[in-house]
Amino acid sequence: MSIWEYANPKKFMQTSAWALPWVTGLAVVTLIGALIWGFFFTPDDFRMGSTVKIIYIHVPAAIMATGTWFMMLATSLVWLIRRHHVSVLAAKAAAPIGMTMTLIGLFTGAIWGQPMWGTWWAWDPRLTAFLILFLFYLGYMALWEAIENPDTAADLTSVLCLVGSVFAVISRYAVLFWNQGLHQGSSLSMDQEEHVADVYAWPLWTAIIGFGLLFVSLVLIRTRTEIRSRRLRALEARERMA
Amino acid sequence: MVELGKYAGTVLLAYGVTILLVLGLVALSLVKGARVKRALEAQEKRMAKNG
Amino acid sequence: MIALLSRDIALAFRAGGGFGLSLAFFLIVTVLVPFGVGPEGGMLARIAPGVLWVGALLACLLSLDRIFALDHEDGTLDLLATAPIPLETVTATKALVHWLTTGLPLTLAAPVLGILLNLPAKGFFWLTLSLALGTPALSMIGAFGAALTVGLKRGGLLLSLLVLPLYIPTLIFGAECARRGAEGLATSTPVLMLLGITLGSVALLPFAAAAAIRVNLR
Repeated sequence: MSIWEYANPKKFMQTSAWALPWVTGLAVVTLIGALIWGFFFTPDDFRMGSTVKIIYIHVPAAIMATGTWFMMLATSLVWLIRRHHVSVLAAKAAAPIGMTMTLIGLFTGAIWGQPMWGTWWAWDPRLTAFLILFLFYLGYMALWEAIENPDTAADLTSVLCLVGSVFAVISRYAVLFWNQGLHQGSSLSMDQEEHVADVYAWPLWTAIIGFGLLFVSLVLIRTRTEIRSRRLRALEARERMA
Repeated sequence: MVELGKYAGTVLLAYGVTILLVLGLVALSLVKGARVKRALEAQEKRMAKNG
Repeated sequence: MIALLSRDIALAFRAGGGFGLSLAFFLIVTVLVPFGVGPEGGMLARIAPGVLWVGALLACLLSLDRIFALDHEDGTLDLLATAPIPLETVTATKALVHWLTTGLPLTLAAPVLGILLNLPAKGFFWLTLSLALGTPALSMIGAFGAALTVGLKRGGLLLSLLVLPLYIPTLIFGAECARRGAEGLATSTPVLMLLGITLGSVALLPFAAAAAIRVNLR
């Protein structure tokens, strides 16, 4: 049984139908469990006080923000090479999720930064990179919306995703060069998990898994919607021609 | 209730924004999903009737 | 390819618009900045390299949708797609034309406008060099964006939304090169990175642009 079986829309719909309740249930339990654990049962940090609790939402969201783009890159490549509609529709479905995660990363980053740095926004390399990522998501979604023909839109957005990914990587380094950062090895670095003590690390990993499961659940829901939408268009077209 | 101290506003704001955005995304996804599903079922029924 | 090149250049000058407009826009933006931030010389000197880079970038952006639009409208693009020269060569040539008619003039105009913004003496060389190295990348990246949106009626704003994030690395290294040069600091890193981006774009993006055009002509 290979993964390519799920490229078949019908098989995808069947499998996702029974998988969805499980994934969603697991996501809810894990996420809420992780946040309750982190929020109520972990100590304050001696430097950051209770704001350390933001780590359980900021870090997972940031990871999902970049992870989603990679998923979109992979599924776009599959579309360009093997023309499986389910794949490109999954990319289309994932984009708003990635964009929301990027927004959460930006907002929580800014909110966390305010008491720490004394400013709502700082052009720190990490935050700036996420701002650029947000713009990439926006462009990708706007291109989907602008193009009438779904297959044309699929092709163009996939090419955009590819080229965008290269530029996203280049931008990451450019931004680091541009602002050697508030964060160079300093105490204000928010996502150095290797320096995070165990007492924070466990609920953090659980939260990351929770966000990941949430992502899977939402992608399944949204891809199912996209598949139905495509079928609806096809039926409407057939009806018009009859 | 856990003691948040002077950063209470910050932490609660961060969690609040996150929950709002996540719930918003979920709500939009479910609403759109239900709408499309309904439209598809209506279309399929109409075409089955017309043969 | 030479035929295409000379034809497009002739069109750009004749079609009564493209050529002068980018330069005029560059001038206007440069003039607006002191009205926005105040005339204090020291401050202007510090922001001059960056402002000139942003101005040149925006001026480039303005003329992007013309790269393929005119040929698309009258069916020439379909002919070019089926012509003996590869579509990749066509897109690269179109980007080259854009650079020759927009990027290059902007690069040459920049030092003159630098006087308006109190650009430090050391900065003139580095500003011009960075623009000379970077504007080809802007034209090629812009051509890719134009290829994506060629089919759209009012694709101008969408084109900007797609292209501006892609412009960011070029802008960062270009402006940093100009700024560091103006302050007398070492510029080798941004120069090399800028060169890398331009060479990489010119080598790879013609393929992506050609792919996008083929999709749009289907």
